[in-house]
Amino acid sequence: MATLVQAVRLALHYGETHLGVTDIFGEDVGPPLGGVFTATQGLKTAWNTPLDERGIVGAAMGLALAGAKPVFEIQFCDYAFNMIDMLKVAGNLRWSSAGAYEMPIVMMVPTGAGIRGSIYHSHSYESQATRLAGWKIAMPSDALDAYGLMLSAIVDPNPVMVLLPKALLRVKGDKLIPGEPSDPAELSRRIDAPVGDRSNWQPDWPDVREYFVPFGSGELMREGPTATVLSYGRLLPVCVQVADELRQSHGIECDVIDLRSLFPYDWPMIARSVRKTGRVMIVNEDTEVTNFGEHLLRRIVEEHFYDLLVRPRLVQGKHLPGIGLNPVYESNSVPQPDHIRSALLALATDPA
Amino acid sequence: MPASDIPPNHRDDEERSVAYGVKPSRFVESGGEILDAERCLEIYRLMVRTRALEERTIKMSKSGEGYFWVGGPGEEAVNVCLGLMIKKGQGPAFDYLHLHYRNAGLLLAMGMPMVDHMRQMAMTATDRHSMGRNFVGHYAIAAWNVVPVTSVIEVQYTMAIGTAMVQKRFESDGVSVAVGGDAGTAQGDFSSCMIWASRPGQEVPVLMLVTNNGYGISTPAHTQHSEEHISDRATPFGIRSDNVNGNDPVATWRALERAFNYCRRSRRPYMLEAAVSRLHGHSSSSGAARVGGEPDVVKIFEDQLIGSGILHRELAEMIRHDAAEEADAAAEQVATEPRPLPSDVEKHTYAPSPVDAIYPDDYTGLPR
Repeated sequence: MATLVQAVRLALHYGETHLGVTDIFGEDVGPPLGGVFTATQGLKTAWNTPLDERGIVGAAMGLALAGAKPVFEIQFCDYAFNMIDMLKVAGNLRWSSAGAYEMPIVMMVPTGAGIRGSIYHSHSYESQATRLAGWKIAMPSDALDAYGLMLSAIVDPNPVMVLLPKALLRVKGDKLIPGEPSDPAELSRRIDAPVGDRSNWQPDWPDVREYFVPFGSGELMREGPTATVLSYGRLLPVCVQVADELRQSHGIECDVIDLRSLFPYDWPMIARSVRKTGRVMIVNEDTEVTNFGEHLLRRIVEEHFYDLLVRPRLVQGKHLPGIGLNPVYESNSVPQPDHIRSALLALATDPA
Repeated sequence: MPASDIPPNHRDDEERSVAYGVKPSRFVESGGEILDAERCLEIYRLMVRTRALEERTIKMSKSGEGYFWVGGPGEEAVNVCLGLMIKKGQGPAFDYLHLHYRNAGLLLAMGMPMVDHMRQMAMTATDRHSMGRNFVGHYAIAAWNVVPVTSVIEVQYTMAIGTAMVQKRFESDGVSVAVGGDAGTAQGDFSSCMIWASRPGQEVPVLMLVTNNGYGISTPAHTQHSEEHISDRATPFGIRSDNVNGNDPVATWRALERAFNYCRRSRRPYMLEAAVSRLHGHSSSSGAARVGGEPDVVKIFEDQLIGSGILHRELAEMIRHDAAEEADAAAEQVATEPRPLPSDVEKHTYAPSPVDAIYPDDYTGLPR
């Protein structure tokens, strides 16, 4: 099975060979490196840029205005804060011009903690990103979704940001991408660049096929009557694992929803589940003041107040200036499996 | 020039000149450059129309017909000359325009009717640039490659990189023109444009045009910038550059002509700095009253043309009168046009998408 980052690479290959992608670019995105996380190795339209995030997004916007189909990578979302007004312009350009122009750009960016990334390689971005009206924001939690969301990002004629959970980039999926070789070793031999000199290396792309995950469609990962867990990205697999453990240990069965698309989000799926369970917990790793989860929580409270049996929960990162390097900082400021387990147990057993 | 080759407007002028007993010179000399008389008259007429449009728009900001005004009285020569040189059309075969908010003259010279400017000032639903959403002068015309103008200064310089890349690939002679003021050049985006446009072996045809009016809102440029000319900053990047007196339409025409020729032929960047006046301050936020002590390019050019025997004072008066009437009529027209409705608020947020389960057509409010 492909890893999440291999899935992104396969999607970009499909994009440049079948969906009209003309440019894949960013810092160290072209040869020889092919991206610091290897997302762009071997792609024919990949090229390197100056170390200039504002220039990168500006160039992408110009390329799109002139009819090209660009995909750009910002190396870490920690470095996407200096470009936020450009992202705002990209998001409002169609609206402000009353539909005169479209802005079909794709931004992909690794986000989140979990790799001992210290203060400037651990930020989350979804709370910033979802405030950018006019954009669509996606965040996969496994390889197949990453492939499907990337293809949707490419064909959607609006600005789309794909947040890549960096701690999951090397995690293998459990479902095959259409056309992917079933042997992961074979896939690696064919599409992973060799370490060292790769000047004569060419990828041998598998014949992957079209597969879209539409925006605004979540996935029900686990089903149960007791509680609703809403998550995405890096902490989604943790939520699934915790839900499985609680089913084993306490017989508690929960809905676990992978939002996948943060804007638009799958409100019908959320509302259906909340109506069913009356107990809801949102889990993400972004910090707690003006967290994206607060928006969902607000809607749940306002629109489903009388469906709720107990107070809803939001498990999230602490409001701190950063995530420190020593593991004590991260494990005490970013939700860990133990935090999620105890929060879910408390939610499920809270007397109604 | 035989009468049949003269565009109708100019034939009009010539007939009037003859009627007043004026025998036009063939050329105007200024700033060490020359320009033929017909072109000068064309530029003059457009400058006068631009001034009339700006003055009527300022009046709207004071009368309650509109709110905020920002524009470019004092920059008419640069704008009109630029507008007359644009290779106008849609797509990479044509010039892209990455403008700021002082470019009314440019658009008039390209053929935009005054009413298209007035509609934005009056925030009408018929405003083709923004449906009453954006400030005046924040144009967006896809058919002419006029990229939506933002109030965020200098972001246009980074977008110009991208359109110029496509133009170079397309093997057209199209140029991406990025226009901004002097104060904005302190933003990193200005440097981004120089770095990206001059990447070795990957140079792109961006014409960076800086209109230097000597101020950033209220702050004099000389208190913040030590460089003698902003255009000097192009040199270390190997970008060819020049600076010109933007109050001299003849010199400005020639400087722009050289800049365009260079970009069209070499497919490389060029930077031109034009020193201009700021006749009504930064915007209506500072009152938009006429400022004393700044040279007035329309008056300067008018005197030049009269001195050269190309224009008669009475004809100049008629041109000004016609322009003011045209502006008044446009303002009057937009006053009765429909305004946006509450149901328009969300329109045009998203383009239709085949892969969006919530918004297949356009944004319709939060997901339901």
